[in-house]
Amino acid sequence: MEHTVRAYDDDLDAITAELARMGGLAEAEVTDCIRAIAKRDLALAEAVIARDARLDAMEADIERKAIRLIALRQPVADDLRRTVAAIKISANLERCGDLAKNIAKRALVIAESEPVTPLTSSIERMGELVSTRLKEVLDALASREVDRAIAVWMNDHEVDEHYDAIFRELLTYMMGDPRTIASCAHLLFVAKNLERIGDHATNIAEVLHFEITGSALTEQRRKSDALEPHER
Amino acid sequence: MTLLAPDAPAPPSDTSIIAIDREDVKLDIQNLDFFYGKTRALKSISMSVARNAVTALIGPSGCGKSTLLRTLNRMYGLYPGQKATGKIMLDDEDILRPGVNLSMLRARIGMVFQKPTPFPMSIHDNVAFGVRLYETLSRSEMSARVEDSLRRAALWEEVKDKLGTSGLGLSGGQQQRLCVARCIAVRPEILLLDEPTSALDPISSAKLEETVTQLKADYTIVIVTHNLGQAARLSDYTGFMYLGELVEFGETAGMFTKPVTNRASDYITGRFG
Repeated sequence: MEHTVRAYDDDLDAITAELARMGGLAEAEVTDCIRAIAKRDLALAEAVIARDARLDAMEADIERKAIRLIALRQPVADDLRRTVAAIKISANLERCGDLAKNIAKRALVIAESEPVTPLTSSIERMGELVSTRLKEVLDALASREVDRAIAVWMNDHEVDEHYDAIFRELLTYMMGDPRTIASCAHLLFVAKNLERIGDHATNIAEVLHFEITGSALTEQRRKSDALEPHER
Repeated sequence: MTLLAPDAPAPPSDTSIIAIDREDVKLDIQNLDFFYGKTRALKSISMSVARNAVTALIGPSGCGKSTLLRTLNRMYGLYPGQKATGKIMLDDEDILRPGVNLSMLRARIGMVFQKPTPFPMSIHDNVAFGVRLYETLSRSEMSARVEDSLRRAALWEEVKDKLGTSGLGLSGGQQQRLCVARCIAVRPEILLLDEPTSALDPISSAKLEETVTQLKADYTIVIVTHNLGQAARLSDYTGFMYLGELVEFGETAGMFTKPVTNRASDYITGRFG
């Protein structure tokens, strides 16, 4: 139902539209930085780095609009949750952009050394998984489907498992051939950054769940962590 | 894997009234109906008013919130053709029962109205007026009572040097706080406030709100307000009424972040009809 004061709806819709545009851009940044690594595409890496400033500006704009709306319209209930969620989701997307930019910078460095093809394809697979998660949660945001947000949230462990596998793979390579250490160290950070992007997708799912239902997602999920000793 | 949170938004229910722990209940309204002649203005209202807390009643004009407030100290008895059925338990006594001493009832349940109603007498006498009806105090006791009441109403500092001047000479906000002082001077248990700040400027409103917050420690307060922000700021519990019905009653924080019923949600978010 519309608000009695129509301009209120316009203000809320403006924030939602900006958030949707920001989501699209963040998703493209993540997809492109992975491609830049996989294809050793320097031009694409440079483009990813250059576009990050737009995400920063969009986050600032959403924050400004949201604060203005809170000050002028005093939103409550679902309107308040939607406004606060926009601030939190845009902050998560901005971080995704930063991480993608960092991956793109490493793509430039990695391209200077010999290719480590099997590793790059592992990273690419992890990257695809992470961008699918981001896409899924942004689709859930656009369609306001809480079930899809929950599905993203529940599958958080898949990314962690990929990260653990890549971590072990990288160790093997570095021990086998010390000349790969520089590239492998960069790839390790790339994998860590991808894992972080996956976490941001999870965060967005949580925020979206709260926005739609008014309650927090609570459940003990299976956690795997490269820092913990693994059972052999 | 078990998911504790609901997978999807709960289906909207028609009404949602929370219960309050028995020992915290000061006033218990049970199946209250109210009639203006043949018009049924309140429809089977059941809700509890918590002790030492502020309960806000909100809803569009004509929803029955002021009627409900006036029923709570039987103010309606002043007009012919009006009757209430059901029960309103004040502690363990039904105040709707015939034979209730209305004068004593109103000493226990005081009321402040939308527009300030100072009497045409001095500030001191405005506050002392009600006390004299119920108690015989010495001059010094009365002075102490007047000062205490004015302090509690956050008016003392502004009027202490002119207690002998007319209450009508005060500003609107001061007059309203004078009415609060007059009301609490008789030491009621419950304070009913009917849109107490609707005629006041923002600073006076803020002072009155601060007064209400202070008074909560000693009194049970019910406030009718059209100002949703005020309900959110001031109250611990909020009841949303519509067309004579209590649609939703619950803790204020919940009402303003996650209302249960669609009707309450639409009203507080400004989407109503």
